[in-house]
Order: sequence, then C-alpha cells, then structure tokens
Amino acid sequence: MRHIISVLLENEPGALSRVVGLFSQRGYNIETLNVAPTEDSTLSRLTLTTLGDDQKIEQITKHLNRLIDVVKLVDLTEGAHIERELMMVKVRATGAQRAEIKRCTDIFRGQIVDVGPTVYTIQIAGPSDKLDAFLDSIDDTAIMEVVRSGVSGIARGEKVLSL
Amino acid sequence: MEMLSGGEMVVRALEDEGVEFIFGYPGGSVLHIYDALFKSNKVPHILVRHEQAATHAADGYARATGKPGVVLVTSGPGATNAITGIATAYMDSIPMVVISGQVQSHLIGGDAFQETDMVGISRPIVKHSYLIKDPREIPETIKKAFYLAASGRPGPVVIDIPKDITNPTDKYEYVYPDTMKLRSYTPATRGHSGQIKKAMQLLLSAQRPVIYTGGGVILGNGSELLTELAQELNYPVTNTLMGLGAYPATDKQFLGMLGMHGFVEANNAMHHSDVILAVGARFDDRVTNTISKFCPTAKIIHVDIDPASISKTVTADIPIVGPVDVVLKDMLAQVRDLRAADKSLPDTEALDSWWKQINEWRDEHGLWTAPRYDTESGLIKPQQVIESLYRATNGEAYVTSDVGQHQMFAAQFYKFDKPRRWINSGGLGTMGFGLPAAMGVKMAFPDSDVACVTGEGSIQMNIQELSTCSQYGAPVKIINLNNGYLGMVKQWQDMQYAGRYSSSVYEESLPDFVKLMEAYGHVGIRVEKLEDLEDAMDEAFKLKDRLVFLDVYVDRHEHVYPMQIAPNGSMRDMYLSKTERT
Repeated sequence: MRHIISVLLENEPGALSRVVGLFSQRGYNIETLNVAPTEDSTLSRLTLTTLGDDQKIEQITKHLNRLIDVVKLVDLTEGAHIERELMMVKVRATGAQRAEIKRCTDIFRGQIVDVGPTVYTIQIAGPSDKLDAFLDSIDDTAIMEVVRSGVSGIARGEKVLSL
Repeated sequence: MEMLSGGEMVVRALEDEGVEFIFGYPGGSVLHIYDALFKSNKVPHILVRHEQAATHAADGYARATGKPGVVLVTSGPGATNAITGIATAYMDSIPMVVISGQVQSHLIGGDAFQETDMVGISRPIVKHSYLIKDPREIPETIKKAFYLAASGRPGPVVIDIPKDITNPTDKYEYVYPDTMKLRSYTPATRGHSGQIKKAMQLLLSAQRPVIYTGGGVILGNGSELLTELAQELNYPVTNTLMGLGAYPATDKQFLGMLGMHGFVEANNAMHHSDVILAVGARFDDRVTNTISKFCPTAKIIHVDIDPASISKTVTADIPIVGPVDVVLKDMLAQVRDLRAADKSLPDTEALDSWWKQINEWRDEHGLWTAPRYDTESGLIKPQQVIESLYRATNGEAYVTSDVGQHQMFAAQFYKFDKPRRWINSGGLGTMGFGLPAAMGVKMAFPDSDVACVTGEGSIQMNIQELSTCSQYGAPVKIINLNNGYLGMVKQWQDMQYAGRYSSSVYEESLPDFVKLMEAYGHVGIRVEKLEDLEDAMDEAFKLKDRLVFLDVYVDRHEHVYPMQIAPNGSMRDMYLSKTERT
C-alpha cells in the first residue's frame, strides 16, 4: 500500500542525505520526495511517498525516527488528509489540438501558464492520481515534457505536525 | 572567560569529558589538535600503527569499561582506515567518539590532498555525525557527541573538523556545557507499565519459559537485575554471542549460548518454549535460523531500548521499549506483586518437568557435561586450549577474540560469569579486532589478565599492533589457535563445497611467530604437544609484565559443533558432529 510520510527535519546540512541514505541502505522505496524549509527556519518539512505492507512501513517510520535529525513524523495515510502534487506539462499544441487541450485543461482545473505558437505549458495541482488521469486524457504524442513536484500533504482538521 | 583556539578546545573538551585515553594517529589536518594535546599533556594518547586498530582499541576499552572510546585520526586515508572499526562498533552498539581531521574549509569539495567526504562515507555506520563549520561550535558538538554515543542505544559518533577550524592563532571563548538536551532525540527512560504488567502475567503463566538475552543487557548494565529476575523464577536463561556474561555461566540455570553454534539445550529450549522473554537481543539471523520455523509455539515478550529492533525480524507479542535496567527492575517488582497475590505462580509442576526435559538435553549433548570432542587423538583440540585458558585465569580474564572458529570455541568453552569480560565483534564479524581490542582493555585494566583468542588468519590482520603494545606496555596474552587454515572458511568448504579449499590454506607461508615475537621484544611460545599445553598456558600468565604469544598447533581438521542446519532449518536442527545431527 502507498503511504505518505511527512517528516519534520532539522534544517542542517546532510540531514536530507541521512533520510535518503536510510532508504537505499535498508532497501526501501521512495516513490516521491519533496523537501523545503518551514515557517521555522530551523526546520524543514519533508514529504515522501513509499510502498510497503504494514510491517515494512512500521520499520520505515521507526528507522526514520531513529535518525537524530528527525524531530517528528507522521504517516498521513493513517488518517484523513489532503495530498497535493504540482505538475507542469509542456505539450505540442497546433491546429485543432489547441482547442482540445485547452478544454481538457479546463476540465481538470489546470491553467495554461505559457503559450507559444506551437506549445502550451499547463500547470495542474491535485492528488497524484488526478495528475495521472490528466496525462492519460491527452494524446501521448503531444506530450513534450512532464515535471512533477512530488506529493505534499497535510492532515485534515485540528491535527498538526509541529513541535 | 577562557580564550582557546579550536585545537585547544578539542583537547580541553575531551579532558572535561573525563576521557582517559585517546587512540589515534596524527596527520596533516589534525596537527593543530596534536600540538594542543602535546602542550596540555593530560589525556594519554596511544599511537597505534594503523587507524583501524585505533577504533578497535577504543571499542575494546568501551566494551570493558562502559565508557565511550575516543579516536583521533587525520583526514583522507586516516579517516577511511577507521571505517571498519566504526562499522564494527555500530553493529554492536558500542559508544565511541571518532574525531577526524578534514582539509581546510575552503578546500572542501575540491579534491584536495587527503580529502575524503568522511561524513558521507561513514553515514550508514554511525549513530550520528557532525562537520564543524565554526570553532565556536566545538565544545557543544563534542558534548552532544558523547551524549549521543553513550545514551539510548549506544553507537559511534563522528566529528569531522576542518584544519582551519583548529587554527592555533584564533582564540574563542570556551565553556563546556554540563548537560545536553536535543529536541529531536529523546530515548525512552522507562518501559510502559501496562505492557510490563501484561508481560509478567504472561511470563508467570508459562509452562516452558526461556529468558533469551543479548548484548543490550550488558550495554544497559542489566546483568544483576536479570540474574535476580531469573533466579526469583527459576527460569532457564540463554545468552547470545554478544550477551555472554550477562548471566553467570556457571549457574545451573544457564543453558549456554544459543544460535548457530549454540548449545543443544539452549536451542531446543527456545524451539519448544511457550513464552520467550527476550531482553536486549535483536533476533539476529545467527540466532533464529529460518525465521518461518522460529520457535513455533512461543509467545514473545521483547524488551529493547531501540523500537526499531522490536518486530524487525520476529514479531513480538508484547513489545516493551525502554532501558533494560529500569524495565527489569519494574518487572521484578511486578513479579513479586503478582506472586504475593497468587502463590501458585509460576506453575512449579510444569517448571519441574520443563527442567527435567532441559537437563536431559544437557546431559546428552551439553558441551560442559562431558567432552563432546575427540579426546583420544593425542592432537591438541582447540576446545582444550580454551578450557586450559579458563583454568589458568580462574575464569576471571577479559577475553577478546577475532572472528572464526577460535571465536566460537572461546564463546562455547570459556564460562563467563561476569559482564564485559567477553569482547568480540559479533555483528560485523571483523577479523583483526582481537589484538587491538585487547590492547584497549589492558589500558583500562592494567592489573587484570587480558587474553586475545585468535587464529593465524585473524592475528595477521592487525599484527602491527604488537609494536604499540611494546611502546605503551600492554602485556596481553595472545592465544593463537594455529591450524594453518582459515578455519571457519575451511569448515564451510568441508561441509558444503566437498572440501575444495579455495584460498583458505596457508601452506608454508606462515611466519615463525616465536621469532616474530622476539623481533617485537615480546615472548613467543610454540606448543605442539598436548602434554605441554597446561605448562605453557601457566607460563604465559606467570610472565605478568610481558606480552606472551602462545602459538598452539591445534588439530587442523576440527569443526565447531553444534552447528545449526541452514537453509530451511529451525532452531533445533543442528549438526552435532561430522557424522551426527539432531
């Protein structure tokens, strides 16, 4: 099963490499990863998605917790949560396709953020499966480049991941 | 306010931390620190002959004393040479602080002379590491390093210090912190009381209980409480290779070591048990044999300071995270309360029949109830050498070992009654560990007997330390079980590769160890006949102030038994000799 693990990490040099190293060292998978500083400049927030059964996820969270630079973490998939990923797609857009791609972008509530005579660059945010669905819905051969940010997530309601 | 340079701060912080010895080797990027060390001259520095030995010596010191070992090495090759020793300490959770020099800050990343990314290279084998960016960080970082190394589940911590940070001309305020707290690091201080109660109810209801304990009991200073708990209940106890000495081996409740080369009574008891109390052990593959066949009828209570060790390989029915000494104390109190409330606990009838069964196994197969090796051949058996060592030292010596057959014979035949006396590389299995570790132990306990049980393969991996032993006066006794083969490799080749000794034979290439010892200023004694063994052993320990190397020519073809059958065997599936199995 896919899990979204959110980690508060000391904003120290080398902290990220300890997290990434742990995954390769112990043979765990990272599907997506993103990391950025938080409102507290001494902390980074790292979100990763990984696949595994309950036992494996338990080991992953235990080993992450064991890293000295990890301050706190939560497996967002254990409760109600919101996940978002940002994607930018550059597509070949000529002739009749221009209108078709525009329509599709509207349906997925994306925006065309750059326009050229033969290309559109589309921005879409949402859960990963929505981004997958968008890519499935447009002509494969039109896609020139895809950039995805990896998943970010936050728990619903009062629950927060903070110090 | 005192003003010190970076180099002086490193030395002063080590002094303030109460460090007794630094094991190290100088080089370009640590010269400022070495100069400060020379001027202060408070903490003795042991100049090893290879940085790997510095880490093993610090490790041996740490295992014997319980205090963190301290290592100081230079950048580049100094740092990489230390890696094997750091990994050895990491695998066995040994507290150690390793200070490595680094090239000057502005040169980092430029492939400078003797540059290596020490923080990167050591990352998977340290508890934590630091690269110092500003001299003002030094006191606090060193305090943090010692705190991290020794608390929770202990382990090695690396501090990488660029040369410019220790520059003697720049002075800064020095204050050494008294205590240290880290917001991201809060090891458990006690076990969950509800879990402990549940665990003790289960333990007291057991019909066929076993207490299985590992290195964690020794590291966590839980030996006395473990012994008290086991004796309160009259339950059998087995120790892992790392846990030997946690429970007195000569006590009747002790079943010997368990696992791959464990005792039949210990492995059988585990396999047939209904409740296992595991304390400070990690269900290592050298203990469990095939996981899916591991102890099919047992409910498992698992106590460990490290939550990641619990249910890693074998799922625990009752997990308890906490320091072993505190948890054992709470357990003991619970057991006494529960027994006061219900005097019929535990079921003594069931326990009596369990002991009867165990004693049958012990009488039939136990390594200490009768010689299980051939005593007729006239050859010196490696087991006899360990028995002789045990006799000559009254079972009181600190015994270090290298890795291989000799290590297993030592673990099986030296009956350790006290913790911290048996010092070996269990997790990583590092050949070359024994001699430098013995050196570190001898520095800590100059008046105690320290023996290094080794083989002619392992000893040659760090034999250069004989010179260090001369320089600093470390009269350890080296017991070399010389069979002219890499014994454990040969045993596997005998058993699984039809005796094809691929690169495991020394032929005529071995040095004359007696002459070699003389060259180093030590004493070498060769023992080729069984009848000379006891006298030679006594002679070695009589020469109190000399390093003595006993080169014992043992049966070249002896195997270590019992040996669990793998793959697909359970704990109780064992070879008992070259021709018998369970």
